[in-house]
Amino acid sequence: MIPPTSRLLRRRRVTNAVALTLSGAAAVFALFWLVWILLTTIYNGFAALSPRLFTQMTPPPGSEGGLLNAIFGSGAIIFFAVLIGAPIGILAGTYLAEYGKMRPIAEIIRFVNDILLSAPSIVIGLFVYTLVVGPSGHFSAWAGAVSLALILLPVVVRTTDETMRLIPNQLREAALALGAPQWRVVTQVMYPAARSGMLTGLLLGIARISGETAPLLFTALNNQYWSTDLSQPMANIPVVIFQFALSPYDAWHSLAWAGALLMTLFVLMVSVGARFFLRARNQS
Amino acid sequence: MTQVTTDAASGAPAEQRQDRGSVQVRATSGLNAPKMAIRNVEFFYGANKALKGITLDLPDRQVTGMIGPSGCGKSTLLRVLNRMYDLYPNQRATGEVVMDGQNILAPGIDLNQLRSRIGMVFQKPTPFPMSIHDNIAFGVKLHERLSKSAMDERVEWSLTRAALWAEVKDRLSASAMGLSGGQQQRLCIARTIATRPDVILLDEPTSALDPISTLKIEELIDELKRDFTIAIVTHNMQQAARCADQVAFFFLGEMVEVGPAARIFTAPREKRTQEYITGRFG
Repeated sequence: MIPPTSRLLRRRRVTNAVALTLSGAAAVFALFWLVWILLTTIYNGFAALSPRLFTQMTPPPGSEGGLLNAIFGSGAIIFFAVLIGAPIGILAGTYLAEYGKMRPIAEIIRFVNDILLSAPSIVIGLFVYTLVVGPSGHFSAWAGAVSLALILLPVVVRTTDETMRLIPNQLREAALALGAPQWRVVTQVMYPAARSGMLTGLLLGIARISGETAPLLFTALNNQYWSTDLSQPMANIPVVIFQFALSPYDAWHSLAWAGALLMTLFVLMVSVGARFFLRARNQS
Repeated sequence: MTQVTTDAASGAPAEQRQDRGSVQVRATSGLNAPKMAIRNVEFFYGANKALKGITLDLPDRQVTGMIGPSGCGKSTLLRVLNRMYDLYPNQRATGEVVMDGQNILAPGIDLNQLRSRIGMVFQKPTPFPMSIHDNIAFGVKLHERLSKSAMDERVEWSLTRAALWAEVKDRLSASAMGLSGGQQQRLCIARTIATRPDVILLDEPTSALDPISTLKIEELIDELKRDFTIAIVTHNMQQAARCADQVAFFFLGEMVEVGPAARIFTAPREKRTQEYITGRFG
């Protein structure tokens, strides 16, 4: 036993107190900005909330209006981005985890996918601009959906691959031992076993793309009017925030705050949903 | 449950349990004709030879126990018998395994069909993430088209044979993940027999279970051999003595000795067998 007054023990106590203070201060510093951003968004956003947001279009300078066309546009662009990106991502992740396994080609695909995962979104926007917007001659919601799909894709590939590879090999063997062909093993045993992990990845991917602005500036651009034509430019929340926040008009500022709040709430909701599925998986 | 006395309808050989010292050994009247004939099988993990010239018969509708220390090749042999090693590109087997006149190691064999005839139960319970009913139906649907009522009958039949029906009959649509370990393992056995295979391979089926679940599964094996040819890998010599009609002792990739369980445990011919069963190594 070391006597409680020994120098060694006192030194340990001091070291512990210093380490605790430093790490606590760092945590408070990080949280401070986050809380500040959230509180400002909520404060200004709530002030700007009104039923008009959901019934009127984005207004011309100097008049009142809402965000209906931008809300619809964001919803449509994200919906089609998921429709394009999720199936391709799930299939590619399935190939990596179940068919490619440790083959060199799978390792190369994983490596390239990780590069795509960290590619700056503005680069993806420019890429889709030259690929879709350039040849077709005008901005379009389709181009926006494609660019967001390209951002979503590597997230889904990665989470699908990782979740499926986490499933014990014995489960695969048990299904194969019953005489099941591999496609049935994958669709009827592996997918249900990996479901919550895959869903979590997809939701986190959706949260990621719903705030992307740079790729949409080069693709979907914006539209002052109500439009459901995906081959035409379409309003969307991030670009509206970008445009309105930089403007000199108070009405536009307040709509930008409202848009920021809506987007924050949406991302928060999706993240909470992801947590929920993740917890469901850990419990089973 | 312990129906070891002769059942006239079953055609099982007359047998009784005999006490021989600390180990209870069954004395069978003899071994049946072989269902599977393993001939000079060698197995390679890459360049590493894991099985050396194994020749062994699995008698029809009897239990063959495979014993030996860890890494001796007994599980590997089991994985040869249903071609599970085919999944892994660097594993290969040579020699012959003949079942019903057909060499199942031949390249042209339909693996899905083969595996429907040779079921396997693993060391850890492997319930699928679906309901109890669907766990059973999964394997059956692969090979047969049954009406809903016929499927329900099959589910009940297999769960009854696996001594699980009474415990789960009121919650067939509940997730199989909610069952206890022992129940999950019996579900895996039910799932295997539901496809009505000829042979069942058991790879240390009780090593992850508590003693009561272990006992239930051992009783079940006794019951199942009326209809199925069974090969069981076990680390537990008492279990081999209780369950097996024939015992094969493996050591370092070789099969050292094989014979009726009673003889192996009472009068082994090989020194290494005797040393292993008396607990001198392993």
